[in-house]
Amino acid sequence: MAGFSVSRYAPERGAWSKLTARDSVVRRLDWPLLLSALALSGIGSALVLSATRGRTSLTHGDQYYFLLRHVMNTGIGVALMIGTIWLGHRTLRGAIPILYGLSVLLILAVLSPLGQTVNGAHAWIVIGGGFSLQPSEFTKITIILGMAMILASRVDAGDQDHPDHRTVAKSLGLAAIPIVIVMGMPDLGSVMVMAIIVLGVLLASGASNRWVLGLLSTGVAGAVAIWQLGLLDDYQIARFAAFANPALDPAGVGYNTNQARIAIGSGGLTGTGLFHGSQTTGQFVPEQQTDFVFTVAGEELGFVGAGLILVLLGIVLWRACRIARETTELYGTIVAAGIIAWFAFQAFENIGMTLGIMPVAGLPLPFVSYGGSSMFAVWVAIGLLQSIRVQRPMTA
Amino acid sequence: MTNIPATGRTPRVQIRLIVIQILVFSLLLTLGGRLWYLQVRNGQEYTDEAKNNHVQQVVQPAVRGAILDARGVPLADNETRLVVTASRTELLKMKDDGKAVLTRLAGVLKLKPQDVIEKIRLCDAKTPKPCWNGSPYQPIPVTDEATTQQALQIRERSEDFPGISADPTAVRRYTSPGKANTSQVLGYLSPVTDGEINKAKDTASPYLRSDQVGRSGLERTYDKELRGQAGVTRYEVDNLGRVIGEADSDKAKAGSNVVTSIDARVQALTEYELDFAMKEARKQYDKLTGMNYKADSGAAIVMEAKTGRIVAMASAPTYDPNAWVGGISAKDYANLTSKNSNYPLLNRAIQGQSAPGSTFKVVSTAAAVEAGYEWDGGYPCTSSYSVGNQVFKNFEGENFGPISLGRALEVSCDTVFYGLADGQWKKDGGINPKKGQPKDYFYKAAHQFGLGKETGIDLPNEVTGRVPDRQWKQRFWKANKDIWCQQGKKNGTYVEQIAYENCLEGNQLREGDSINYSIGQGDTLVTPVQEAMIYGALANGGTEYVPTIGKAIVSADGKSVQEIKPQVKAKLPVSKATLKGMDKALAGVVTSGTAAWKFQGWPQDKIELHAKTGTAEVYGKQTTSWLATYSKDYTVIMTISQAGTGSGASGEAIRNIYSSLYGVQSDGSVNNKKALLPTPQKSLPKIATDGSIDSPKITDYDPNSQKVPLKKTGDQQLAVRVGRRD
Repeated sequence: MAGFSVSRYAPERGAWSKLTARDSVVRRLDWPLLLSALALSGIGSALVLSATRGRTSLTHGDQYYFLLRHVMNTGIGVALMIGTIWLGHRTLRGAIPILYGLSVLLILAVLSPLGQTVNGAHAWIVIGGGFSLQPSEFTKITIILGMAMILASRVDAGDQDHPDHRTVAKSLGLAAIPIVIVMGMPDLGSVMVMAIIVLGVLLASGASNRWVLGLLSTGVAGAVAIWQLGLLDDYQIARFAAFANPALDPAGVGYNTNQARIAIGSGGLTGTGLFHGSQTTGQFVPEQQTDFVFTVAGEELGFVGAGLILVLLGIVLWRACRIARETTELYGTIVAAGIIAWFAFQAFENIGMTLGIMPVAGLPLPFVSYGGSSMFAVWVAIGLLQSIRVQRPMTA
Repeated sequence: MTNIPATGRTPRVQIRLIVIQILVFSLLLTLGGRLWYLQVRNGQEYTDEAKNNHVQQVVQPAVRGAILDARGVPLADNETRLVVTASRTELLKMKDDGKAVLTRLAGVLKLKPQDVIEKIRLCDAKTPKPCWNGSPYQPIPVTDEATTQQALQIRERSEDFPGISADPTAVRRYTSPGKANTSQVLGYLSPVTDGEINKAKDTASPYLRSDQVGRSGLERTYDKELRGQAGVTRYEVDNLGRVIGEADSDKAKAGSNVVTSIDARVQALTEYELDFAMKEARKQYDKLTGMNYKADSGAAIVMEAKTGRIVAMASAPTYDPNAWVGGISAKDYANLTSKNSNYPLLNRAIQGQSAPGSTFKVVSTAAAVEAGYEWDGGYPCTSSYSVGNQVFKNFEGENFGPISLGRALEVSCDTVFYGLADGQWKKDGGINPKKGQPKDYFYKAAHQFGLGKETGIDLPNEVTGRVPDRQWKQRFWKANKDIWCQQGKKNGTYVEQIAYENCLEGNQLREGDSINYSIGQGDTLVTPVQEAMIYGALANGGTEYVPTIGKAIVSADGKSVQEIKPQVKAKLPVSKATLKGMDKALAGVVTSGTAAWKFQGWPQDKIELHAKTGTAEVYGKQTTSWLATYSKDYTVIMTISQAGTGSGASGEAIRNIYSSLYGVQSDGSVNNKKALLPTPQKSLPKIATDGSIDSPKITDYDPNSQKVPLKKTGDQQLAVRVGRRD
């Protein structure tokens, strides 16, 4: 199996013509996907700036502090995407065991004294210089890649139509290790996303319905068990209580959701205009540059702007679905499906909590929220999707 | 690989991918739908909530306007007190929440630090008083009795007192110029209630919790004009309450001044004369009850006859209106509202009502003419008038023979009016009136004169008085017949007999009712201000004006003057000729009638006075005295409860009032220079753009300046000759 695209081996071609040729990587890239993702990060920059320029306690007096970092993160993210395309998802396949091992070590490191607690979740590693890392973001990718590797190997080799029970069990075991560790942080938001990723991966792999139903019921049973056994922290219970009844204690646990909803609701059709939202300039919504960034769009850009974010996310997911369907190898399909499940659920949970239809969980909005780890991870995922598209066997 | 289609895919995977895609897009659609619901459908609701979130209002009180007399003398104004306030928002920015500053402040003000801290803490369910229950963004008053020294210390060392300010603030003051209290007319202020705050919350002029609202008198009637408009500054605040910007703000607009037609000098002398007359009455022995007159309450009115404007209005007993300033003490309030003090808060000029006695005869005279009786007809003024076995006596059995209506009015002959009213009652069908409307001339006239309803004076809570006509009898009987019929006994005590009669026929207009009614006795009730209105109309040729005290509303800077024009209420149902006849008869009362003994030596040729005296019987009490008078410019009314006859109780007082108004000297000459107000004040006082008012100095009324030394013996003889019966 060739590791690289045909064009990379084409001799005697200038760099420009290599890029512009009909069969070049650039031409074969999924541009709607790329541009939509870029647009989301671009809108994110404006929203992050609006949310942070007045928060002097965070910006150290420089109102562009967060904007610059957001743009920088986006740049690094795009570079990571290019690197991923250049390497290709098939090449990466060989490195998956190493990457998986690394990511597990990193999340273990979080539990060590290196880790740091933010908003009740012990999910960060401080690496000095004002930077910190949230390794669970990368674990999402390694779970997708690891499961895809195991589930697709025999099918892509033509040995089976569908992964057998043993293979499925093996892949679930692989996913279970990091999920259990993240659960111990406890970073429930990431655990939920990972569980949905596992579900999406299993669905796309063609594993038998029994596995899918089994996983679903395990999830439900697990949730009930966690609730009944009192494994949740008080702050987590409070978040759910506030979700069930937003009027409950509007100054306390219900404060976030209440203020978020006021911010979005007051935006109306066209919003108050960028930098002119009273909820945003008055800093009524906590964590507004990260988890609650959507409220800035809701208030200042209104239904039109917030709707645009939904449409752009829709384009990203639509292109990802196309890529998943069009590639002939199961490996690519599974990876794409895992990414779809990840993006779709994380976006739904993030926006849903600001709209009051989902409980609050600390998850960033892909591409839009401020935060390096998340930004890098989603752009690597875009790189994987592009790679799957670029390297798909030319069946036609 | 046989099952693998062209895409290299089993149908199972392909179907599941489509399922995933459908799931993904339904999630996005859900978000879109919810977003539309929040932003477009319920957007307005959240916009309002966001506004409440981030806008805080700070209200600056407006200075309350002054109440001025006709020449610009302030009757109610504001005095400046130094109020020290603390800004919580400023104090909370400090590391120790301002404790050090407050302790220093307490030192300067000579208060305990704990007291100062308690004064500025916010009230909530757990905090006991004292605490601040207003907006936390509002400067909170620590004291309103700071000395200039203390204020200077605070202002000069502002770096030691961040967040503390000492500012002069206006506090209401009732100045009592020349000892003119004017208490009941001015009224009073009391703190705003929660209900009023909520009601005015979203209006252009919201209340402060510390606001005072006019509760009575002019303060209430003109509250809106006097109050002005509080200034509102809206601050945008962030989630911690820090001010991040100033939204729109409205400057405070000082309240307008109300110029009244009251003349402080005339007011002062009227108050004095009423009080003096009451004191004098208490020295007089009442033969009927065998004790001195009680003279427990009274009222006096001086009104411009041609406009209805009130120049003075006094009510006794009275009180010091400054008792209300700065919040009335519980003891004072209990005192002002107790039976022992005889309710000094009542303005008896508009809220006191009693039978008018003979002052009512002007109405009966007009009614008689209306009913067709000749002015100059000879009506028998016999010593008594009998109906069946009931005998209605003339006063002290006097007999003047056949006299004209004018003469009957002048000598106040009861039997003439008995006969006329009885004749009309019989014409209307007696106890069982004819089918169709009985004419009821005597009752109709009372209504046409404006009795039985408010005059509409610009003071709150005026009472209506009562015309005991057929309709009223019916209503009154319905309301009371059960009690009457229960208590009534045919051969019981006097009260029981009356109750028995009332039970049987209280709904009917009986012969005796009409006879009593014609001379202002019985169930008729009038207020002093109604009398003033009626006698004012007699003075000016038949036009009743709505009595008014407010003359103009002048803005604080004097630029906008909104005059309150005299308002015609009614024309008397009396022809010019009849008016002339009545006018002459009432002048006769002063020269040779029932009031003559008090007006000896009055320069009637220069200042023609007209008067009607009245003595109303009140069951179980001493008689109510009435004296209704007028010159060509003024109407002066005085009534004193339980004080005997009108001329006896009030004659000198009213003479003194006229003497002061016109400058009549004790020898009967008229000195215009000494006259207080020979013609009513026409022009309005000048108010400069800086709000200062050009007002004359006032000296206290000297009661000895006008006193006419009466020759005692002559008076007594005259009184006997004309019959003091009013």
